[in-house]
Amino acid sequence: MRDVAVVGFAQRQMKELDGSPTCLEILVPILADLYEQTGWTKSDIDFWCSGSSDYLAGRSFSFVSAVDAIGTLPPVMESHVEMDAAWAMYEAWVKIQTGEVDTAVVYGFGKSSAGILRRILALQLDPYTAQPLWPDTVSLAGIQAREGLEKGLWDEAAMASVVARSMSDAASNEWAIRRGATSVEDVLAQPLYADPLRRWDCAPVSDGAAAIVIAAGDKALQARQRPAWITGFEHRIEPIALNARSLVESSSTAAAGTAAGTAGVDLAELHAPFSHQELILRSSLGLADDVRVNPSGGALTANPMFSAGLNRIGEAARAIWAGDSDKALAHATSGPVLQQNLVCTMEGR
Amino acid sequence: MKVEFDYTRSLGSVLSQFMSALKQHSILGGVLADGRVVVPPPEYDPVTHAAVTELVPVSDFGVVQSWSWVAEPVAQQPLEKPFAFAQILLDGADAPLLHAVAVDSPADISTGMRVRVRWAEQPTGTIRDIAWFEPAGDAVTEGSASMEFGAPEVTGMTSPVRLAYDYAASPEETKFFRGLAEGKIYGQRCPKCEKVYVPPRGACPVDGVPTTDEVELPDRGTLTTYCVVNVPFQGQTIPIPYVSAYVLLDGADIAFLHLILDIDAADVRMGMRVEAVWKPREEWTTSLDNIKYFRPTGEPDADFDTYKHHL
Ligand SMILES: [Zn+2]
Repeated sequence: MRDVAVVGFAQRQMKELDGSPTCLEILVPILADLYEQTGWTKSDIDFWCSGSSDYLAGRSFSFVSAVDAIGTLPPVMESHVEMDAAWAMYEAWVKIQTGEVDTAVVYGFGKSSAGILRRILALQLDPYTAQPLWPDTVSLAGIQAREGLEKGLWDEAAMASVVARSMSDAASNEWAIRRGATSVEDVLAQPLYADPLRRWDCAPVSDGAAAIVIAAGDKALQARQRPAWITGFEHRIEPIALNARSLVESSSTAAAGTAAGTAGVDLAELHAPFSHQELILRSSLGLADDVRVNPSGGALTANPMFSAGLNRIGEAARAIWAGDSDKALAHATSGPVLQQNLVCTMEGR
Repeated sequence: MKVEFDYTRSLGSVLSQFMSALKQHSILGGVLADGRVVVPPPEYDPVTHAAVTELVPVSDFGVVQSWSWVAEPVAQQPLEKPFAFAQILLDGADAPLLHAVAVDSPADISTGMRVRVRWAEQPTGTIRDIAWFEPAGDAVTEGSASMEFGAPEVTGMTSPVRLAYDYAASPEETKFFRGLAEGKIYGQRCPKCEKVYVPPRGACPVDGVPTTDEVELPDRGTLTTYCVVNVPFQGQTIPIPYVSAYVLLDGADIAFLHLILDIDAADVRMGMRVEAVWKPREEWTTSLDNIKYFRPTGEPDADFDTYKHHL
């Protein structure tokens, strides 16, 4: 295996992007940030890979317009996934492993506010027996949360403490949409919205984009003094049928975590768009109590579709660059109620 | 902006049986290798991966296993007023079915509550034949309607999808469309390679830098390439044959597609000089349709070298 590290990360999130669904307006400055961080130019990047969805943009081939942000003359080597950009990063990492390329930029973008997000996401369900009912994301998460509550796997206070910690930690995150010192009592004082969920239990609808630079070996050391070296990178998927898997545990996260190796992790950035999902992820990964979880505030405070998972990797890598973590775990999810899960572990050397 | 499409899907043998049964007000479960009965029936056993071949009727009564309140229903959901989505374990099944439960408030539903199917008035051979579930009260199951197993009646389904988006124009597009409302065509120049893009695109696709400088362009230019439309299609408004062509405005570096009229289709040629014919001023909106079409100017044809890079 080649040693590959995360050496650059930039993000932009907002409640409503005043711009087009291709997110060009924020991708251009994000890429400029990355060039500044690494000291590289376009010609130093061997491979480009993005994550986005036309269903969010409401127009076809929206990722092709986003390629304008790169500048593609001479032509670039480029690919795309219809998943969170964390999976685009996986593709780029595999590409580097093949030896064909040494460096890659991975980006994700989406303007969720253009449509009704919780409704549009019903299109990722089984098209024969589930999607025709338009089960929205929030309802499915509510069913999942209630099952855990009534089985005694977690309680309201545990969910509220995830919310309170996330919003309080996000106070110092300039890109968080929902933030500020919050107590468990503050959370529990909120009315129920989608019983059993309060609005704060659900990630805010967020627009945004993010990008990461990864590089192999010496190239990585060129770009950054203390790169975040990838030590494990795995993803797993569960059946699409909601009655073919347990919703209150995440066997795909557990399998990805075991394969990636979680020993020695001191910080975890978990992509949990609903408060109780963080509880599921923590227990599926078997994280020890002293592991810091989502010091960035996590997806509960900003959840831009197609980049929120990549943001977890970026935030974890940043903690390593800064020396705040020696070994960090980042997790990304895609699909309905934690169907697909990815785990990336990184260390500073 | 609205995006609408009807997906037409063919059904495999398992789902054909399932949907045909629904149309006859009967619900079928699939029998898995471990003997469990699952509704809706999967086509393949999730553990052994063998094709599921045995289907058995289950009850249209069941028990709520978990639920979530839908305070603000969205379009095309089973009910327009607030309701619950629930996992419902039908009597005779071993895995729950996701569907709607019609109750007035979250206080009227609880895990363990017995519910029964409310069948749709018009059968369609889809999961929507179950309109929703409602509290069963003390009613007891009458058993599933008997049904014929045989060649399934339903072998396909249509899923209508209607999506609505608020499409925001980028700042560059805004300038372009506002300009059109005043009879002006604005492009933008890349500060690096100096190419002029119209319509403007926010970033130079060559250099990846924002296109910042606004350039007003004339409404005349050169036809670079074209096609003669001879095939009628739905929604066609212009009599065929007519010409659709790329027009490179003078001073621009990218051609755009428009209509060529006031000339016999057979006389259209590459390099022909053309000019815009605008609609009457009072009909102008923020749309490229303000230009009705382009017509020949009568000038001599442009030299091939002037547009060869734009083909
Ligand atoms: Zn340029």
